[in-house]
Amino acid sequence: MIKHLLSINQLSREDVVRILDTAESFREVGTRVIKKVPALRGRTVVNLFYENSTRTRISFELAAKRLSADVINFSTSGSSVAKGESLKDTALTLQAMGADAIVIRHSSSGAPQTLSRWVGASVLNAGDGTHEHPTQALLDLFTVREHFPSFEGLRVAIVGDVRHSRVARSLTFAVAKMGGEVTLVGPPTLIPPEAQAWGAQISHHLDEVLPKLHVCYMLRVQRERQRQQFFPSVREYSRLYGLSRRRVEALAEEAVIMHPGPMNRGVEIASDVADLPRAVITDQVTNGIAVRMSLLYLMLGGDARREEDPRA
Amino acid sequence: MTPFVERGRLLDGGEIKRALTRIAHEILERNKGAGRLVLVGIAARGDDLARRLAVEIHRIEGVEVPVGALDITFYRDDIGMRSEAPEVHETSIPFDITDTTVVLVDDVLFTGRTIRAAFDALVDFGRPRAIQLAVLVDRGHRELPIRPDYVGKNVPTRRDEEVRVRLAEVDGDDAVVVGERKQEDASAAAGGVRERA
Repeated sequence: MIKHLLSINQLSREDVVRILDTAESFREVGTRVIKKVPALRGRTVVNLFYENSTRTRISFELAAKRLSADVINFSTSGSSVAKGESLKDTALTLQAMGADAIVIRHSSSGAPQTLSRWVGASVLNAGDGTHEHPTQALLDLFTVREHFPSFEGLRVAIVGDVRHSRVARSLTFAVAKMGGEVTLVGPPTLIPPEAQAWGAQISHHLDEVLPKLHVCYMLRVQRERQRQQFFPSVREYSRLYGLSRRRVEALAEEAVIMHPGPMNRGVEIASDVADLPRAVITDQVTNGIAVRMSLLYLMLGGDARREEDPRA
Repeated sequence: MTPFVERGRLLDGGEIKRALTRIAHEILERNKGAGRLVLVGIAARGDDLARRLAVEIHRIEGVEVPVGALDITFYRDDIGMRSEAPEVHETSIPFDITDTTVVLVDDVLFTGRTIRAAFDALVDFGRPRAIQLAVLVDRGHRELPIRPDYVGKNVPTRRDEEVRVRLAEVDGDDAVVVGERKQEDASAAAGGVRERA
């Protein structure tokens, strides 16, 4: 199994299937009264978050705790980072404290790769700049698989602020890797020019795309990352690219609606649409814990320096 | 992975069936019926054996006994001591085990470490009144103070041998075989053929 999880592109199809299959078992653990197993007793997982995040950090924290690992949350405010410590010095400090895994979120694309060269611990990318968010893509695949057993020929639209979305990049790579087709939908200003090279189709007309979809994946409009005006008004954006009740009618009966959260209700998704049974947004959250448990287990549960056990 | 070389057959399909029938009778005799009895098989293959025992118990006593499957991977004492994280199977115990008598079912009893892990796993699901252990084959070499209540067949083995249970549900046929892992070089491969002949 892999040592670090930096990008979806480093995973083979077989790796993805193994991660999702193992996550099925952890999904069952999450339904027990005692939602905890001793698999990673004595291991230390550090959450190193240079960017605000509630759900991803909590999800990783719960995943590690349900595996009985010790968890340290290291956020930049109120820590040595606020006193001016560099990423490298922070990394070496965590290394010296015996961290077995470092979960990092950083506003700079590529920070997890850099970190992985400095430390012996496994590094998990929990979102780097506008680059990738591989664990989100894996939990999305897991959630899709609950509804569509095969990814082959699966038609997915990723709608909205593709330009600022690391989720869009990771999910596009992931779906394409597994044999599905992705259409990126949004105003021309929010589809980056290099998106042609991701292996996805591009459309600026949501209504034309809706009827053929298995999965309609709505992205959050990330106003905090937009340094200029990308669309005239929220109202116009919502009218052209928001998932309204009327647009849901155009979807096939079995199609599901997904969103990585947090949602802007009334902007990219209508409030009543977000609460429909086919909107599997809370399932994504539940599955996120199972998929992150699977990754931590597979990455920390073996020791690559060991020889194969003859009794295995 | 070194290849497995089969050296002999310990039980055939008919013998497995008769052993399970006897164990089903013994379970009912020991527990004075099937009331408050549940079967939990250890994946893989223990769960299939547990389902077969439930069929036998139903045939004998006319009672449906709940059957669960337990994967003990997350409770192993050697996680991190191998090159890869051990493969995980499905756990499904869709009933409350508190105040029941749980009969744990496994295919081969060897060091006892799997059963120790199963105890840890089971108590996370509830507090059974009692836990009993049924195994198809007891091959000895215990490393922990664990003793089965019901045994299909006791088989003396060498420590470096391997006992494998094949079941129609997963392997296509029913058999218990003994053999060993062979080092993968030319002379050993030739030797393996000779020994089997």
